[in-house]
Amino acid sequence: MKPLLEINDVSIHFGMRGGLFQAGPTLRAVDNVSLSMNKGETLAIVGESGSGKSTLGYAVAGLRPPTKGSIQINPARPHSSGRDPVQIIFQDPFSALDPRMTVETIVAEPLRLAGVDLSNRRMRVTEVLEQVGMPADAAHRYPHQFSGGQRQRLAIARALIGDPELIVADEPLSALDVSIQSRILNLMGDIREKLGISYFFISHDFGVVRHLADRVAVLYLGRIMEVADADDIFATPSHPYTQALLAAVPRIGRGRRLRGSALKGEIPTPLNPPSGCVFHTRCPRATAICSTERPELLPAPGRSGQLSACHHKD
Amino acid sequence: MELQMAGRDTAPLPAAAATVGSLLEVRDLGVSFATKEGRAQVVTGLNYSIGEGETLGIVGESGCGKTMTSLSLMGLVPPGGRVTGEIRFGGRNLVDQSARDWRSLRGRDIAMIFQEPMTAMNPVMTVGRQIAEVLTVHEGLSTASAFDRAVELLEAVGIPSPNQRARDYPHQLSGGMRQRAMIAMALACKPKLLVADEPTTALDVTIQAQILDLILELQEDTGMSVQFITHNLAVVSELAHRILVMYAGRGVENAPAEKIFDNPLHPYTRGLIATLPDPDRKVDQLFVIPGSLRIQPQRGCRFASRCSLASEICAATEPPMLEVETDHFVACHKVTP
Repeated sequence: MKPLLEINDVSIHFGMRGGLFQAGPTLRAVDNVSLSMNKGETLAIVGESGSGKSTLGYAVAGLRPPTKGSIQINPARPHSSGRDPVQIIFQDPFSALDPRMTVETIVAEPLRLAGVDLSNRRMRVTEVLEQVGMPADAAHRYPHQFSGGQRQRLAIARALIGDPELIVADEPLSALDVSIQSRILNLMGDIREKLGISYFFISHDFGVVRHLADRVAVLYLGRIMEVADADDIFATPSHPYTQALLAAVPRIGRGRRLRGSALKGEIPTPLNPPSGCVFHTRCPRATAICSTERPELLPAPGRSGQLSACHHKD
Repeated sequence: MELQMAGRDTAPLPAAAATVGSLLEVRDLGVSFATKEGRAQVVTGLNYSIGEGETLGIVGESGCGKTMTSLSLMGLVPPGGRVTGEIRFGGRNLVDQSARDWRSLRGRDIAMIFQEPMTAMNPVMTVGRQIAEVLTVHEGLSTASAFDRAVELLEAVGIPSPNQRARDYPHQLSGGMRQRAMIAMALACKPKLLVADEPTTALDVTIQAQILDLILELQEDTGMSVQFITHNLAVVSELAHRILVMYAGRGVENAPAEKIFDNPLHPYTRGLIATLPDPDRKVDQLFVIPGSLRIQPQRGCRFASRCSLASEICAATEPPMLEVETDHFVACHKVTP
């Protein structure tokens, strides 16, 4: 069986504005990324701001064509027109819902665009509202009447209405309070269980990723640093960047932090990425080869399923 | 890196040897606002103190009153707000002091940093001039020497090429650098107390770790006290000596940090800890605190409607804050000494 999603050597570049007679510089948001995910699997894309994780997500959702390479979706079942196998939910549930539309109009919009008639749309709205744990009478209210967590439920309902196989979730929890986060996270887990949906889950929060992801890809300046099963990433991170990210996550019960363990510096501009390994400017292990030769994504020693792009990997 | 302690005789304290004497004592603090439906009490009967060189973490969700508590320490509660009770700092009660006294205290003895530096900084003034302004106002420095001092401060908070950055506008700096610049501004007059309101919430984890390091380092150098406000218990566990958990405008638990994490006693604190997804452990279902902060009973314990232990007494009377174990204070009918 073919994988549900195949990302083949995808690069996404943006031309920046230049002068009157000269072309602007090129921003390499995503650089030679290949990934695949199977049906029912959740792949988490992790990285700092500016790593290209959202750009990649937009490309998977079909909102932005790749500059190079291809993205292929292989649905397991037929999807009639307008019922796109891929849907997306965004970080900010306040700006993602049109304040002048009723919940019913918002949630049913993908079906309306596909030409589904009103009575069928209404039936389906009731169904998906129930799936996300919202009362049926929510359909006739407006987004501002709901809290942040409820709005994120509505956004999930809209994503579910077209019966997708893959949902791109772009930091869907980061705008929510901690006690609300856990509810949405549980909901996403339940929906995956019931409907067999896969998530392309973009996040910077390792706690959340640990909870939801089957596989994890770590992105830095548009390139994959490491990709492996979630269990392996957390138990035996291979790449120094993955290790630094994991070490930076605050944890309960360690006592006051030991000063000086933080990764130095900031992510460089993608307009002018460092030569060789893009991480070498911040890497505690960097040697001469790291600034000249781009490391390939290869298995970590003794772990064939754990790929790591580093000259000095563990 | 070093911040000079000129003009102040407080010797730098080792951070662990806190609570020598209380720098700040908050007694029965209340903050309320007039609304169409009557007075809304956003903070009620709050008590806590912060020792010299100590870091207090105040933890709670949106709407628990933690930000209003901080603003009341700065005399910055928005117009229409009424502050009652006592805020004792350096031997006097700040609550009733004049606007003029607030101006001389704010930024000099107590300074504050915010979640989003962009809203706290002037977008049309260079970073260096903004920091220099604090020094000309409070310390009477000349414009030129204040600017030189501003560059030193930028260097002290770890900003590379501080000379150039001092001439940049806030939007030209990255989020992490802006947060550093705001910390430099807050520390310009070596305050005794730094109030930090979610200063790392908008930052990436690696930059968050750097800012937490910076706050620890500056505290070791200057011996200042810190009140650190956050909704994230994990973040505060990296910094705080002591933790105060707030719910719906009240303190519900107050204890040294290790007691809060090793032996949380209030059902809300327990819920907050359990609800955080743990990066070191995968579970099938995360713990969920039922209900919502928005629905609050008129009488009794504010948390009662969401609490699995609640009984009749919880709905009837407000639980007092009691010392349940040595130096471990809890406001809950179901947790008794």
